[in-house]
Amino acid sequence: MFDLTGMTALVTGASGGIGSAVAQALAAQGARLAVSGSNLAKLEAFRDGLGGDHVALPCDLSDGAAVDALVPSAVAALGKLDILVNNAGVTRDNLVMRMKDEEWDMVIRVNLEAAFRLARAAARPMMKARFGRIVSITSVVGTTGNPGQANYAASKAGLVGMSKALAQELASRGITVNCVAPGFITSPMTDALPDAQKEALNARIPAGKMGEGADIGAAVVYLASREAGYVTGQTVHVNGGMAMI
Amino acid sequence: MSETADRVKKIVVEHLGVEADKVTEDASFIDDLGADSLDIVELVMAFEEEFGVEIPDDAAEKITTVKDAITFIDENKG
Repeated sequence: MFDLTGMTALVTGASGGIGSAVAQALAAQGARLAVSGSNLAKLEAFRDGLGGDHVALPCDLSDGAAVDALVPSAVAALGKLDILVNNAGVTRDNLVMRMKDEEWDMVIRVNLEAAFRLARAAARPMMKARFGRIVSITSVVGTTGNPGQANYAASKAGLVGMSKALAQELASRGITVNCVAPGFITSPMTDALPDAQKEALNARIPAGKMGEGADIGAAVVYLASREAGYVTGQTVHVNGGMAMI
Repeated sequence: MSETADRVKKIVVEHLGVEADKVTEDASFIDDLGADSLDIVELVMAFEEEFGVEIPDDAAEKITTVKDAITFIDENKG
């Protein structure tokens, strides 16, 4: 089950916390990857650590022209593209009343617009192949909201709506479009929180602890697999029960 | 019938799964041949590949019949 041997995947934000776990999970199931990120040295180190025959494709996702070139580059490097994982995301947290235009624009551009551009480009080879898997990493806050994150929550909710529209457009061609919505996942950022704050966070989670990147990787592997071909337009919430939607 | 017309009709038959005699030059992809908007996108992609032409979105929107496609390709292929 969930064997991805012979499949290829483009993962954005692949050297980050969740992105690296997603890339590792896909590679462990046999997929050949194009990993993308903004920091070339970090990205190449991550690619080398994966072992196998993967490629590193640096890309600034706030640059529309660079984003439009990423899928063609991945197809050229991998020979085809079966799986697109829109994982990269940025935050520019601020209260709405203090939020700058640039903070709003940056988050929407990287988290939502880049995902749209990549999905638009990926749909072409996927339609021809009559097979494709597009998975976007959204967030529990896209559903619940979170003070200080109007831009981020909007971008993540936007991914869900976009995915549902695209899922309906492409379902007849064997392409599924889904989202994975993590709750609190451990990262260097959450590790640095004071214990009291960690305990307060964990108290909000029925599972009593934060999730791991591998929990997200497993959900992405499932949605990317051939076995999940009848699942489309859905959001899989991976959050230890902190929000039941 | 031109060579372009033959190749266009062949692509239309293959992609839409319609009978060849229905693919007349006046046939509308949507009204006569049962294509939906996604089929049109695919047809345009197939034409681009077969003839090595670029069909921009504003031109693609005006291609509604078999004849429209043949005319555009004849005028633009290298």
